[in-house]
Amino acid sequence: MPLLTPQIQDENDYSLVASLDNVRNLSTVLKAIHFREHATCFATKNGIKVTVENAKCVQANAFIQAGIFQEFIVQEESVTFRINLTVLLDCLSIFGSSPMPGTLTALRMCYQGYGSPLMLFLEEGGVVTVCKINTQEPEETLDFDFCSTNVINKIILQSEGLREAFSELDMTSEVLQITMSPDKPYFRLSTFGNAGSSHLDYPKDSDLIESFQCTQTQVNRYKISLLKPSTKALVLSCKVSIRTDNRGFLSLQYMIRNEDGQICFVEYYCCPDEEVPESES
Amino acid sequence: MKCLVTGGNVKVLGKAVHSLSRIGDELYLEPLEEGLSLRTVNSSRSAYACFLFAPLFFQQYQAAAPGQEGLRCKMLMKSFLSVFRSLAMVEKTVEKCCISLSGRSSRLVVQLHCKYGVRKTHNLSFQDCESLQAVFDPALCSHVLRAPARVFGEAVQPFSPALAEVTLGIGSGRRVILRSYLEEEADSTVKAMTTEMSIGEEDFQQLQAQEGVAITFCLKEFRGLLSFAESANLSLSIHFDVPGRPAIFAVQDSLLDGHFVLATMSESDLHSSELHRLVPPLQAPSTPHLDDFASDDIDSYMIAMETTGDSEGSRAVVPSMSLSPGCRPPSSPGPYSEDNETEPGTEPGTPPPKKFRSLFFGSILAPAHSPPGPSPVLAEDSEGEG
Repeated sequence: MPLLTPQIQDENDYSLVASLDNVRNLSTVLKAIHFREHATCFATKNGIKVTVENAKCVQANAFIQAGIFQEFIVQEESVTFRINLTVLLDCLSIFGSSPMPGTLTALRMCYQGYGSPLMLFLEEGGVVTVCKINTQEPEETLDFDFCSTNVINKIILQSEGLREAFSELDMTSEVLQITMSPDKPYFRLSTFGNAGSSHLDYPKDSDLIESFQCTQTQVNRYKISLLKPSTKALVLSCKVSIRTDNRGFLSLQYMIRNEDGQICFVEYYCCPDEEVPESES
Repeated sequence: MKCLVTGGNVKVLGKAVHSLSRIGDELYLEPLEEGLSLRTVNSSRSAYACFLFAPLFFQQYQAAAPGQEGLRCKMLMKSFLSVFRSLAMVEKTVEKCCISLSGRSSRLVVQLHCKYGVRKTHNLSFQDCESLQAVFDPALCSHVLRAPARVFGEAVQPFSPALAEVTLGIGSGRRVILRSYLEEEADSTVKAMTTEMSIGEEDFQQLQAQEGVAITFCLKEFRGLLSFAESANLSLSIHFDVPGRPAIFAVQDSLLDGHFVLATMSESDLHSSELHRLVPPLQAPSTPHLDDFASDDIDSYMIAMETTGDSEGSRAVVPSMSLSPGCRPPSSPGPYSEDNETEPGTEPGTPPPKKFRSLFFGSILAPAHSPPGPSPVLAEDSEGEG
C-alpha cells in the first residue's frame, strides 16, 4: 500500500494496528449500527466488535473479523475504548461516501493504548488524510445473557421479505408485536396505530423463509422506536435470523455481504415490552 | 361489503387513492350496487373528487351481504393511503387485494396477498357517515375539451410545483392555452415570470368552446387526476362554463369513472386584462341562461347532499347557523336536487380560500322526513375546520 506514514512509529508501540484496502468494508458495517452518537470498540485477535446501546433496552453489535483486514495486529489480549461513532464515520468517508467506481480508499488504523487518540490514515489516489479521534473511557456494556441454548424460536429469512415491512412500519404504533409459533400464524408482525391494526403474516413454507424452527407460541412486544434503527442493518443485509429466548428477549442477526464478497454480522438485541394483555393480542 | 381486486387493478385502485389524497383528508367509501365509490372533498369544500369502480373491475364484488343494508364509511385518508403507500411495491409484490367491511367488526379490513405467500392485513378504523354527494352534471356545461391525459400531463409539466393556480382557455386559432396564474401583487412593478403552454386543436379529441373562454383553477388537484389518468392511459375531458362555475374533470372507461369537480375563479376576481389577453377582447359576453342559477352564485349550483341513510335518529341535526333565507332566490332548487324542500346549508366559519368560492357542500335533509317550515339542516360536524 503506498502509504507514506512518517508519523508511524515502530509497530510494536501500538496496541492495535489494522489496515484495509477498501474502507467501505468497515464503514458500511458501522453505519448499520449508527443510531447513537457513541460506540464502544473491543478488539481481540479475532477482530473488532463495535457496540452501540440505547435506553438500556437495545444493543447493537457489529463484528468485523480479523480476516476482513489485510493487516490486523493486536498486542494485548483485548483493547477497549469508547469513541464518537459519528466522527469516526465522518472521517472514514472523508474522501466521499460514494466514491467513483474503480477508486478505493485505503485505511490504516492505529491505537497506542489507553488515553491515546485513534489514528486514521486514509489514502485515495495518492492523497493521504490523517485523522486523530480522541478516545473516551470505555463504559460497561449490557450483558443480555442471550444464550443459544435458551432459544425457543428461530426463523432465518431473506432480508428482502422484511425490508418493506420495516420501512412501512406504522410508527404511530408504540410497539411492534412479534408472534412466532409452530402453528398458524407461524410468523406475524403486528402494529397497533392510530389508523387501526396491521398484521403481516409469513407462511412457514414461504420461499422467503430459509429455516423455521419454532417450538412454542410466543407473542412479544418490543418498543417500535427501539427496533426501527435496525432497519439500517436490514437494508444492507442479505439474510436475517430472528430468535427469541425463554424470557422473550429478541435477537436479530443480520448477515451483510461486503463489496469483496466477505461476510460480516450485525446483531441487535432488544428486551421485550411489558406483558401482553390477553384481550389485545 | 366484500370485494376482491387482482393483478394490475390493485395498482389502479392504489393510484386512485393517491390522487384522491391530493384533495381531501378524509375518504368516503361507499359500496353501491353500481360499484365501489371512493370520494373526498377538501377542507374548504372547493374541490370534490369521486371514483366509481364498476363491479366488473373486481374479481368479486358484493356491495352488501344478502339481507343486509349497505354500509358506508368515512376514514382518514392517511390510513387508507398507508395501505398503498408505495405503488412500486404494490405493483411488484401484491397479487390480490381483498377489501371487506362488516358492521359487526366496525373495521374496514384490507388484505393484501403478496408474493411468497406473505399476507398483510390492515384493520382500519372508520366512522359511520352520511353519503357524500356533490351535484354536478357535465352535460350542463357549455364547453368541453377532451384529449388523452398525456397531452394535458405534458402541458402542465413545465409549471413549477409551487404554482397554485392555472388558467385554461382557448386562444386565437383555437389553440388551447394553459398559463400560470399569478395573483396580483400589491407591488405590481415586480412581475413574476408567467409560463404559458399552448396546444394545437389537432391534439384534442373534442374541443367544444369558442375562442376567448377561460377558467382558472387549482393545479394541485388537477395534477392528482392527471397522474391517475396518465397511468391508466385514459382520455380526460374537462367540462366548464363561465368563470366562477365549477369545472368538471372526468375520466372514464368501461370499468371505472372518475370525476373531479374544482371551483374556478369567478370573473369579478379575475382581472379582465388577465382574462382577455388570450385573445382580442370578446364582444359583450352573452350570458347563457342555462338554468335558474345563472344569476346565482356557485353556492346554489353545487349542493352536496348528505342524505340521511334512513330514519336513524342518531344523526346529529345541527341547525344551520348562517342560513339567511333572504339570500336565496325564491324557489330555485338545483336542477338535481330532489325537490323544493332541499335547502343548502352553509359551513360556518370556513372562509373560502383566496378568491375561490366554496363549492358549498351544504347538507340537506332527506325530503321524506323534512318537517314543514324552515327545514333544519344536517350539517357535518365542523370540529375539524378552522
